[in-house]
Amino acid sequence: MSLHHRRRAIDHPSFRAGVVDMSGTAVGIAAWALVTGVAMVKAGISAPMAIFMSLVVYAGSAQLAVLPLMAMGSPMWVVWFTAACVNLRFVILSSMWRSYFAHLPLWHRLCIGYFSGDVIFVAFMRRYTAPVAKPQQVYYFWGASSLNFITWQGFSIAGILLANVVPLEWGLGFAGVLALLGVLYSMLIDRATKVAALVAATAAIAAYGIPLKLNILVAIACAVTIGLLVEAVDQRGRKPKIVVVAKNKPLPSPGPEQPDDGTTAVPVREEHVR
Amino acid sequence: MSQDDWDLLYQLTAIVGLTIITVVTRAFFMIPKNELPLPDWLKRGLKYAPLAALMAVIAPELLMVKGELTKTLLDARIPAVICATLYYFKKRGILGTIVVGMAVYLPLHIGLGW
Repeated sequence: MSLHHRRRAIDHPSFRAGVVDMSGTAVGIAAWALVTGVAMVKAGISAPMAIFMSLVVYAGSAQLAVLPLMAMGSPMWVVWFTAACVNLRFVILSSMWRSYFAHLPLWHRLCIGYFSGDVIFVAFMRRYTAPVAKPQQVYYFWGASSLNFITWQGFSIAGILLANVVPLEWGLGFAGVLALLGVLYSMLIDRATKVAALVAATAAIAAYGIPLKLNILVAIACAVTIGLLVEAVDQRGRKPKIVVVAKNKPLPSPGPEQPDDGTTAVPVREEHVR
Repeated sequence: MSQDDWDLLYQLTAIVGLTIITVVTRAFFMIPKNELPLPDWLKRGLKYAPLAALMAVIAPELLMVKGELTKTLLDARIPAVICATLYYFKKRGILGTIVVGMAVYLPLHIGLGW
């Protein structure tokens, strides 16, 4: 991509929309990054190495999980295996990214993978609910992910450099939890999502004892199962509504975008109802 | 090579590997050229995965202390989350949710040691 191209990408309205959508959560991301930076140094890694790690690995929870292992000099495969397990949730999210970006060249898909995170994912899915690829989605993604990257790296590096000044006991990282909580609330749109979230919380706490943060995968499996169940129950409860229309009146047209899933009103002429 | 050199090499190797793991896990299903066939029910069910992943990260942070469920109500996180939740469902703004939650949390946590 030439410089001219890149400048045009930044001016694209969808790029700006991505930046704006992420700006609310950025405060939480910043606090979380700061605390992660401090924790990295406290885990016993030198500041230059911590900065290098933050810049290239770009995965806060995985970094925090492997740093104590690296400090102990654990075998390399243990370090890598741990990081892979902590990152498993992203494997599941990548199957949904595919519906939007499968047409792009491989290097671009890999870059999108590298720069995607849970919060970007939620913002993106809220804006583009239908899994249909559109040209502006690439701009939106890069808008959201650049703000996320800059915020995360800036504050993570600040945390690394100020590790001995920033007091971890203040609990600033709680701002990051609150940001994710807000993002989570924005995803609770119907009964199935609410029940799924509740089940996920219970499962994650109940399975907290299993190592390598695999409780996250347990929570996902439970939430997917219960989500599908609630969907099925809600679907069965709904019957198509029958609207009786007088013989000489035209049939009301169904809305242009109503899917025929057996839940929408079905217009029936008077003569057909006996 | 001295011990320091070995440590450096160990850390660099680990970090390079971790970077590859970041790319491969996050891009996983985008890597193959052709789509891997997933059953329809799984595709529908996966839409509950992101919120479950978020919830699984948040819930222990809110309700647990050192791997155990919080046993006391004198925990700054609980009033903070209640206020943040009320704010969110009234105003629907994430920034405000963070600000309200921290405004309740920090004084209780730093001031009273909850």
